[in-house]
Amino acid sequence: MSHDHAHVHDDAARGSPLSDVALRVRALESLLVEKGLVDPAALDVLIDTYETKVGPRNGARVVARAWVDPAYRARLLADGTSAVAELGFVGRQSEKLVVVENTPALHNMVVCTLCSCYPWAVLGLPPVWYKSAPYRARAVIDPRGVLRELGVDVPADAEVRVWDSTAEIRYMVLPERPPGTEGMSEDALAALVTRDAMIGVARVTPPGARR
Amino acid sequence: MNGAHDLGGMHGFGPVEIERDEPVFHHDWERRAFALTLAAGFLGKWNIDIGRYAREQMPPAEYLATSYYEHWLFGLAKLLRDTGLVAPDELDARLRGGRAPVTPATGARVLAAGDVARVLGRSREARVDADVAPRFRVGARVVTRNINPVGHTRLPRYARGRRGVVTLDHGVWVFPDASGNGLGKKPQHCYSVRFEARELWGAEAPARDAVHLDLWDDHLDPEGR
Repeated sequence: MSHDHAHVHDDAARGSPLSDVALRVRALESLLVEKGLVDPAALDVLIDTYETKVGPRNGARVVARAWVDPAYRARLLADGTSAVAELGFVGRQSEKLVVVENTPALHNMVVCTLCSCYPWAVLGLPPVWYKSAPYRARAVIDPRGVLRELGVDVPADAEVRVWDSTAEIRYMVLPERPPGTEGMSEDALAALVTRDAMIGVARVTPPGARR
Repeated sequence: MNGAHDLGGMHGFGPVEIERDEPVFHHDWERRAFALTLAAGFLGKWNIDIGRYAREQMPPAEYLATSYYEHWLFGLAKLLRDTGLVAPDELDARLRGGRAPVTPATGARVLAAGDVARVLGRSREARVDADVAPRFRVGARVVTRNINPVGHTRLPRYARGRRGVVTLDHGVWVFPDASGNGLGKKPQHCYSVRFEARELWGAEAPARDAVHLDLWDDHLDPEGR
């Protein structure tokens, strides 16, 4: 659902620089600041943290390390929380992280049908589609249909396993390493890994391949 | 509660549309609503489960017609009113241009800019160091309870009264069905429970597929009871 866009058009139609919701947020912020309940400088740091510091590049580094280092891969699958902490990724919305591995016989994908829980420490804030009604509604009842629409065909003799992460445990998918990447460096591998592959709705494509 | 937030298994919402090169935020108000919600959460007047329950109480038609950060904004405004941090009409009065004198809050635990990194790195919030015995072992066959509470629950509608198998024991955690309703932590084991797709959706579902859902002791009974 693209209501954000609707707001933009509404704004343009009214000739108003701010939508109703923007005015409401501004009023709430000024009220809380005047009451001494929030420090606007803290808001700026929170925004900067999740806009520029924490994001799917964190998770991509974890995946690339697991691809090149079998001992790290084993630790990651046994105890995701500790293994990602080795790379410095800890914190909010990732109190316990479980990493699940995609193989030719098993395709994992992650959803939160109730509210959009997501492993912030390794993937940052969730994209709009992950939070949307279509994904939250369909991921559990028709995961193969969702995957097919997104270009991922899982063979009938493989299992699709959907993790509905409705508790405080967070899940990340370790995607399959694509063929033809044997000689690549860890950094180059990390650059191939996408957010969507770590949610389990995409495969990682080798360099030069068509998406 | 059986609200519009409990979306698993519903039809008719259309395709999943992934935006290419999506920005973290689409509008500046989303940045501010996000940060305000986190900062206000650190005041310590509510927990994450009460926070989720507040969003769930957005009227269903409104919930489905608005975006994620509008849900957050609704929840935050409700929590601020419910806890008395903001008077019932205070926000609306300000929106109407009123500038009534504001009573500064006293004794509030305000998040300072210099403390953000430290508090974000503090990851233990919901896990409980309590010696609570698990009711189920990994491999146990269970059936979920058929409950329909008007309050907060983490047992989605699609998985009520269904048979599954415990596949992971995550340890002892706060029970949101208690803490989200202001009833304390009620610490207990949380498990990953495997439900075959056919158990959830019927014989037409693919035979090999499954949903793994995190549930607590109080959501489960031994199968066959």
